[in-house]
Amino acid sequence: MAAGGRGWFRALALGVSFLKCLLIPAYYSTDFEVHRNWLAITHNLPLSQWYYEATSEWTLDYPPFFAWFEYALSHIAKYFDPQMLVVENLNYASRATVFFQRLSVICTDTLFIYAVHECCRCINGKRAAKDILEKPTFILAVLLLWNFGLLIVDHIHFQYNGFLFGLMLLSVARLCQKRYLEGALLFAVLLHFKHIYMYVAPAYGVYLLRSYCFTANNADGSLKWRSFSFLHVTLLGLIVCLVSALSLGPFLVLGQLPQVIARLFPFKRGLCHAYWAPNFWALYNAMDKALTILGLKCNFLDGNKIPKASMTGGLVQEFQHTVLPSVTPLATLICTFIAILPSVFCLWFKPQGPRGFLQCLVLCALSSFMFGWHVHEKAILLAILPLSLLSIQRAKDAGIYLILATTGHFSLFPLLFTPPELPIKILLMLLFTVYSFSSLKSLFRREKPLLNWLETIYLIQLVPLEIFCEIIFPLTPWKQHFPFVPLLLTSVYCALGVTYAWLKLYISVLTERVSVRQKAE
Amino acid sequence: MEKWSLMTVTVLLALTVRWAVSLGSYSGAGKPPMYGDYEAQRHWQEITYNLPIRQWYFNTSDNNLLYWGLDYPPLTAYHSFVCAYIAKLINPDWVALHTSRGYESQPHKLFMRTTVFVADLLVYIPAVILYCFSLKETSAKKKVSSALCILLYPGLILIDHGHFQYPLSLGLALWAVLCLCHDWDLLGSVAFCLALNYKQMELYHSLPFFCYLLGKCFKKGLKGKGLVLLAKLAGTVLLSFAACWLPFGTDVEQIMQVLRRLFPIDRGLFEDKVANIWCSLSVLIKIKNVISPRTQLKLSFAVTFLSLLPACIKLTVQPSLRGFKFALVSCALSFFLFSFQVHEKSILLVSVPVCLVINEIPFMATWFLLVSTFSLLPLLLKDGLLLPYAVTTPAFLAACLASFSILDKTSAEDLQLKAFSLSLKGYTSWFKAFPRIVRSLFLLSLSLMGILSVLSAAAPPPQRLPDLFPVAVAVLSCLHFLLFLLYFNVVILWDSKNKGQKKIS
Repeated sequence: MAAGGRGWFRALALGVSFLKCLLIPAYYSTDFEVHRNWLAITHNLPLSQWYYEATSEWTLDYPPFFAWFEYALSHIAKYFDPQMLVVENLNYASRATVFFQRLSVICTDTLFIYAVHECCRCINGKRAAKDILEKPTFILAVLLLWNFGLLIVDHIHFQYNGFLFGLMLLSVARLCQKRYLEGALLFAVLLHFKHIYMYVAPAYGVYLLRSYCFTANNADGSLKWRSFSFLHVTLLGLIVCLVSALSLGPFLVLGQLPQVIARLFPFKRGLCHAYWAPNFWALYNAMDKALTILGLKCNFLDGNKIPKASMTGGLVQEFQHTVLPSVTPLATLICTFIAILPSVFCLWFKPQGPRGFLQCLVLCALSSFMFGWHVHEKAILLAILPLSLLSIQRAKDAGIYLILATTGHFSLFPLLFTPPELPIKILLMLLFTVYSFSSLKSLFRREKPLLNWLETIYLIQLVPLEIFCEIIFPLTPWKQHFPFVPLLLTSVYCALGVTYAWLKLYISVLTERVSVRQKAE
Repeated sequence: MEKWSLMTVTVLLALTVRWAVSLGSYSGAGKPPMYGDYEAQRHWQEITYNLPIRQWYFNTSDNNLLYWGLDYPPLTAYHSFVCAYIAKLINPDWVALHTSRGYESQPHKLFMRTTVFVADLLVYIPAVILYCFSLKETSAKKKVSSALCILLYPGLILIDHGHFQYPLSLGLALWAVLCLCHDWDLLGSVAFCLALNYKQMELYHSLPFFCYLLGKCFKKGLKGKGLVLLAKLAGTVLLSFAACWLPFGTDVEQIMQVLRRLFPIDRGLFEDKVANIWCSLSVLIKIKNVISPRTQLKLSFAVTFLSLLPACIKLTVQPSLRGFKFALVSCALSFFLFSFQVHEKSILLVSVPVCLVINEIPFMATWFLLVSTFSLLPLLLKDGLLLPYAVTTPAFLAACLASFSILDKTSAEDLQLKAFSLSLKGYTSWFKAFPRIVRSLFLLSLSLMGILSVLSAAAPPPQRLPDLFPVAVAVLSCLHFLLFLLYFNVVILWDSKNKGQKKIS
């Protein structure tokens, strides 16, 4: 902590990398097998087979760049254990395989570390604190590098989110540094790695159009239509088209584009994931259940007419609503679109520079999370990570960040359900939460408290909820009949917090006044 | 940030690392027929739960002492009994007599790991935190960073949460030191008696405790308050021992049998490849074959005694807390290097006192702690703990570098050698280059350890010398330890002159 300059950043990055290495023997989910299968597919089969191969149930459903990434990895993998590259070796997990796959996640995370470094650079440290621990850049580095969600999703559950978020943060940093073309290129590439980042594409599109394609503003901050630059639009279009051509071109030539698209967007999967992500639909489903039970109690509903699945399992893939209308993909699409619209308008009419862009980015991610079709609980990271950048700049955002990060991270708990990982997830969660609360509190100690009493009570209630779900409930006889209750409670309770944070952020963005003076600076 | 939230973060980090290490393998995992220390602890639970207390230390048809018979003092046995009681509640198979031998399963591993984790959390970690807060003349941040480095010390984490061992005796000894720091001498001696009755290896620390308290009595005047204190201390020690041994006190034969189990003098001068002087010397001369076991015992006793003497006399004559901590280090190190029947893991008895002085001599302490972890490498490799070793050791180094910037603290003054260097007035010319020399020695030793670690982990040993790497590790560590012993003795013996100098200037 005495190390000056950038020594602390190296210490933070090294420290978290060592921790990741320690987690190598931990539990991994089926996603481990998913990625092993993709290694095998891309290594052995010709390009034309990649999106048709279906030996394993875990077919390739990421965009082509990610397939190429697996292809590149597979050429290193063969030196570790060639057996993992055999397509028929389902659920193959030798020690060397585990080691290689885990290590590949840790190594590709260097991109994330670099991106965080760049983000820290573009946050101007106006508050020059004497104490290194109270520097905004230090706090930001910890919040991003040691992010609880990223750690457990990537390094225990197993996924490659680290370097993907690295690409995203890097593109954000480039946009903040006004290197628009680089930022656009990075984001285009990112989209072809994992299409979930489409959630935030509107923010990118509008921001680039507004700040790059129009080169000047009127004095009052409104748009100057005459400053439109054809050159800039052409450049942007060229970049997007080139990247897309590189990625999808080969499949277009092979005539496989429809198949690729079908794999990427599996709308057959149902409204909610096996475990309900804490979004609007979780509340909707819970409401439906509550109304059903109420209806049965008061004899408004006929018990024989109710679809069986909705009453017994509760968490089957296709959730059938009994009272409320069932939700179609189109409906979710429209809801998402409507939810995103105000934030995008806000970005267009009240440009606030990089800060406005970030706000819009977070709102897009959150809105899509709230209303999207078949949303995974992991997608909450898409909102939490960019919000970290905002949280160290304004007390208001810091408060929202604390609510969103805590509930969002808590909602990831069901991902790790094995007993040996229980202490790890609780300790890591406490570590991150205690740090984020105390550091942000000390950063904004001159301003009013970050959370009001209601929010505080809500967050503290998470502790008894966790104790009930993990310790008390398994001991009760209900475990046999209603195994889904802990998941349901977690999901619904967290959904309240996420919805609240979403609304609060939306209101704060919409009511914010544009300060022209700030623009001029 | 608040001091307390920083400390909370530190502790949570330390706990996370501990649990992450415990996900790995343990001593003797899946290695019948003898397994390892994990099975020993489980077996003790089985024995203590199922047999009457009078049979615990005796060879009977139900208690084969050759298969991990109890060879630790009564407190360990009681602790096993308590754990066994909980184990029985969860799954009776875990402690069933005879049939549970070699029992291994994921839930059982989870249970055993949890017992260690709880012991660490309740005894060792609070002692470290309180100790760091009680440090004088240090900023709040320094206190937290000392706690961070002490809690991240890889040797203890790897042995307790990887290899499998309970940190109770060391934790209790730490509590004893803590009490002495606050002048609660009686409480301190109770804590130390408990530590001693948990593990007889705590004898390594007993002389400094004895000398320090005795010196304190002398200082108060043996005719007045000193005598009262001495009597009180003696009474406390006797009472705590009596309390621990109560169930065995009924019969002299019982006590003798326990003592025979605790001090197995017929086991030989050393076992395995331990980094002490006897094992290292036997690379040149096969001591075990040349000298008779009786003479070995006497020889090791004599050498240990001689090496202990200066520090102990100094401490008795001039009892001070600082001197006490350093004496703990040097005495434990003497025992480790020269005494009879030393185990690799005993180096932890030296490391924990070194942790206590990490804020005074960060550079040397870090160096020592790294070497001590390195000396455990052959043991860790046998247990399949290479990955945690390779991760936690550099992490510890990074933590020390970040919190103390140790590489800038290599001057004679920082190493507490000012007084010594002043006494060598005529030869001061080379002292200008001293910090640079020390730093390059440190880097050289680091790279040697790194190379040997990589070789032991990756390279197959030559066919004629299958033990080449473990022996090399032992000899290299032993050389380091000898130099450290010299260093600590110099610091201890030149201590008061330093203070005198300060007063004059």
